[in-house]
Amino acid sequence: METQIDKQEFNITVYTENQIGLLNRIAIIFTRRKINIDSLNTSPSEIESIHRFNIVITESEDVVRKLCRQIEKQVEVLKVYYHTNEDVIWQELALYKVSTDVIAEKVSVERLLRENGARVVTLRKDYTVFETTGHREETDNLISILQPYGLIEFVRSARVAIIKDSEGFNSKLRDFERLEPGEDVIENEYLNKGDKVFTM
Amino acid sequence: MEVAQETLTAPAAKEAVELSGSQALLDALIIEGVDTIFGYPGGAIMPIYDALFDYKEKLNHILVRHEQGGIHAGQGYARTSGKVGVVFATSGPGATNLVTGLADAQIDSTPLVCITGQVFAHLLGTDAFQETDVINITTPVTKWNYQVTDATEIPEVIAKAFYIAKSGRPGPVLIDITKNAQIQKFDYKGYTKCDHIRSYRPNPIVRPQYIKEAAELINSAKKPFIIWGQGVILGSAEQEFKAFIEKSGIPSAWTILGAGAIPTDHPLNVGMLGMHGNYGPNVLTNECDVLIAIGMRFDDRVTGRLDKYAKQAKVIHLDIDPAEIDKNVKSTVPVWGDCKETLPLLTALVEGKNHTEWVKLFNEYTQKEYDAVIHAELNPTSPEMTMGEVIKQLNELTKGDAVIVTDVGQHQMVACRYATLNKTRSNITSGGLGTMGFALPAAIGAKFGAQERDVVAIIGDGGFQMTLQELGTIMQTGIDVKIIILNNKFLGMVRQWQELFNQRRYSFVDIQSPDFVAVAAAYGIAGRVINDRKDLPSALKQMMENKGSFLLEVMVTKENNVFPMVPQGCSVAEIRLK
Repeated sequence: METQIDKQEFNITVYTENQIGLLNRIAIIFTRRKINIDSLNTSPSEIESIHRFNIVITESEDVVRKLCRQIEKQVEVLKVYYHTNEDVIWQELALYKVSTDVIAEKVSVERLLRENGARVVTLRKDYTVFETTGHREETDNLISILQPYGLIEFVRSARVAIIKDSEGFNSKLRDFERLEPGEDVIENEYLNKGDKVFTM
Repeated sequence: MEVAQETLTAPAAKEAVELSGSQALLDALIIEGVDTIFGYPGGAIMPIYDALFDYKEKLNHILVRHEQGGIHAGQGYARTSGKVGVVFATSGPGATNLVTGLADAQIDSTPLVCITGQVFAHLLGTDAFQETDVINITTPVTKWNYQVTDATEIPEVIAKAFYIAKSGRPGPVLIDITKNAQIQKFDYKGYTKCDHIRSYRPNPIVRPQYIKEAAELINSAKKPFIIWGQGVILGSAEQEFKAFIEKSGIPSAWTILGAGAIPTDHPLNVGMLGMHGNYGPNVLTNECDVLIAIGMRFDDRVTGRLDKYAKQAKVIHLDIDPAEIDKNVKSTVPVWGDCKETLPLLTALVEGKNHTEWVKLFNEYTQKEYDAVIHAELNPTSPEMTMGEVIKQLNELTKGDAVIVTDVGQHQMVACRYATLNKTRSNITSGGLGTMGFALPAAIGAKFGAQERDVVAIIGDGGFQMTLQELGTIMQTGIDVKIIILNNKFLGMVRQWQELFNQRRYSFVDIQSPDFVAVAAAYGIAGRVINDRKDLPSALKQMMENKGSFLLEVMVTKENNVFPMVPQGCSVAEIRLK
């Protein structure tokens, strides 16, 4: 049994073709192993027809590496990367619905919202919707702040993450489109790490 | 479908002809070189069957008795012929009956293209008659699957299906075609085979530095040991493999799916790995200094307890599937790639050697095993027959040239241990999934895939009763398959475990059988049952010489155990001889 200590949050980035059923094919790689997906975001990438998944799970690196290989093995998956939280810039978007009366009456609420970087999205007679972006703790924090003032509704998006040292996928994709792609494309990224990966 | 259009080369400029989706499908199959289809019709696939009526001369459709039989036959066909097995089934229950075979083909890397009918596209999701969500049901057990709802997609999708099924690490592909797409007429511009998909890398490029590192490790090894699997056969790399072991002089052992890649009697073939494998290969796995794994995936039935598996050894792992590297056993040198390509590179760099003393050690273990287990199994003194002596006598008749198809259980382990195999693609069995009921339909398919060869199915009394309806397929096609039922009146492997690990609490393993010979006779198949050792040679001879199929039921000793055995949770070095 692996100890909890080895586990940490990993951000898995998957570049795929845009194909019906692929979400399920990727999701079952996790569920088959009884691994919970903490957060899942999928949307078109900067490249036309290529989709990007951001998946967050809490696992050991060994498990994450094996999962990534299983994902990359799927026919319509172009490339998979994994990173720790230190290796990425990440954000989650949160929306909060609060009674407008409360905001209007209590000056402190406005101050609290401002301090937490909240921005008004919609202002109506009966309610106001604020948004913030940030890490989980930050968006969580605002929930607890607003709770005493009657938070009506709250929703948070999946995590999106930018890889700090990535040069993007455009150049890689050009290699993929050639019939005989270059070495760095054909093989898994981890091979380049040599000893670090293969002598555990 | 965006993807297919982008990834396929443009169809040859031809004048368009109007075809239905069904006709386009069958045209594609013919261009892919398909000659045999195993299938069963039904409502949602009727337009395809209607079109098939006009293609009867070119496509030999074998009507099976159950879709599971159809897909196992497709597997048997693929395994002996090296081609892609093709299976037709209707929607709903027809499609769900394929699932066991898909799972089996997925885990044993067997190339299949399965075509299922589906309800009209406008009925999808309405719980229409015989509608099931086939794509989602089969996603975990297919290499790729796709639902066609428009006939114009068919040429591209079928091209992609065949390419994916057979390239890289092979596997099953399922294409679900809605009834409207089967009927729909469209301008068919010809069929172009697929040879590239942007997101799919079937063959990793071989990295010379890893070949070099592997060769250095092998050259410095004192006690190197090769373990090989089906990858050698799937890659058609038998000659390259033989050249490699003969130059390096390294003793080599096989997983059951790798059996037959080199002949049984090759001096460097030291036997079978795993739970019921040979003594030497198991014990010496934990004594070798360099372990060279070729086209195998370190299944738990091969490794036993993983944390005590070959810990002293440096591991070189050759595999085409990057996901297999370091999955179960950490490799020192990963050699990714098709072993047909990597083995010759490695052979060129390894020094010619004879590990005489080391090979002798394997032979000493073989002798110990022979004295403790094999001699008694093959030459029993008890009045009752053993499974082993049946295989031994069969070897004498086939001379090792037959295709041996086995089901799952004790008879499978005995047959794999003792059958002589001279040729590759001679051992057809359900390895990874352990599917009882596999053998009879797989043997039918195996024969269609290798009609010039003798095909002998060896089946237990339990497994035979799971798919015996396929005797009807034998009857109707007149195909020549020899069937040996090794009847111990028990679900023998489970009984063995209950004896060894559950204090002989025989819980529901006592299985009654019908008069198998009478069942065969009802299907017009000749048969014979024997109880007495003295009848064995003549009965086997009668079976092999019979024109057409023959069922031979051999009553064997009831409570025999398969040994050696690596008990579950034990290390390979803890293999038991009794």
